Amino acid sequence: MRRIRSLRRRLPGDDPVPIMEVCGTHSHVLGKTGLRELLGDAVEYRSGPGCPVCVTDPTDLDMLVRFALQEKVLVAAYGDLLRVPGTEGSLLEQKARGARVSLVYSALDVLELARQNEKQQVVFAATGFETTAPGTALLILEAKAAGLKNLSVLSLHKLMPPALRQLLSAGRGRIEGLILPGHVSAVTGRRAFDFLASELGCRAVVAGFEPLDVLHATALLLEMAAAGRCAVANAYRRVVSEEGNTAAKEAMAEVFAPEAALWRGLGEIEDSGLGIKPGYAAFDARRRFGLEPGRAPGGGRETCRCGEVLRGAIRPPECPLFGTKCTPAHPQGVCMVSTEGACASYF
Amino acid sequence: MCLAMPVRVLAVEGDLATIEIAGGTRIASKKLVPEIKAGDYGLLHAGIIIQKVDPEQARQTLALYEEIYGQSASR
Ligand code: SF4
Repeated sequence: MRRIRSLRRRLPGDDPVPIMEVCGTHSHVLGKTGLRELLGDAVEYRSGPGCPVCVTDPTDLDMLVRFALQEKVLVAAYGDLLRVPGTEGSLLEQKARGARVSLVYSALDVLELARQNEKQQVVFAATGFETTAPGTALLILEAKAAGLKNLSVLSLHKLMPPALRQLLSAGRGRIEGLILPGHVSAVTGRRAFDFLASELGCRAVVAGFEPLDVLHATALLLEMAAAGRCAVANAYRRVVSEEGNTAAKEAMAEVFAPEAALWRGLGEIEDSGLGIKPGYAAFDARRRFGLEPGRAPGGGRETCRCGEVLRGAIRPPECPLFGTKCTPAHPQGVCMVSTEGACASYF
Repeated sequence: MCLAMPVRVLAVEGDLATIEIAGGTRIASKKLVPEIKAGDYGLLHAGIIIQKVDPEQARQTLALYEEIYGQSASR
């Protein structure tokens, strides 16, 4: 920490240097260890859009919640998703009202669930970034190989690089550097983030999840800033390679194609979601059940200013919804959903 | 939810691996890391091993932290 402070002093100005930790797990580490506060004079950590369930759009959740109430349907989801609120409540609340929702630990558990519930249509609400998407791809491949007729997937997967591109290229705000998600990068490879430096002029470091990893990544970012260097460094070589995991990327490419996706509070981002390819249409819950999220035009959602908060263009209280329409109990944007989110921690 | 954890592989059979986790054992899919074998470390995420952990790099990182941060590393 002394090292970080002394590096900070080599940079101009007195304000804490804004650094975005993209991944929710990094946010958690910073919060749990108290580092966010301890280093507050030198670094202002901003929690990025990096929690895949928090970024799930309320309209997608509403669609899911309504679907789960139908007969002969069993919705399978990761535990984290159950609590995330849509406008009509969370899956957990609907479960209490009789919706059939089953919690799974692994995408592959859904195979067994489908076999055990032959008379039900089992729909897996697949959430997560590149860490989790390969598992869903395996599920679909295995379901096809086994010829399962009662299993399908609602892909709510999100991709990290397109979201960062959109966030950083949209308008004013300043972020001195990014701490990149280590486990997403384990799949995508470090190289997938090169565009941050080469195209957007933003330095970044791929980091692991021990407190020391995060401190080291912070020090590297400040070092680069002091030297006026802009690159995407890898401080998590024990699991992140240049190329990432080829087998995982191949499985994803076989089953999925990028498509536009809605992010809570950030709006629609091109190519940031994963749609199921026509060859696997039989396993696509959207096609099979004609599931379309009711994208309410206008409404409060439109005025959520998460993007600006994340870029540091505005402070949370400058958002007109802050503390009124948007509270931790009724979050409008990703910055309010997670307790580490910028708006929630301000609250 | 993107948290993955390092686990030790005890045995492999086909697409499956027996792993050591939290003092017990569990079965995980090794389909995405075909090359992993007994004795290796892998990164487990939602029941699936998503990457192999490179022990040499892990050692180097520890040595680097030790060198830069020394005793203060734990503070
Ligand atoms: S206060 Fe709520 S609506 Fe406003 S930017 Fe933050 S999350 Fe979005």
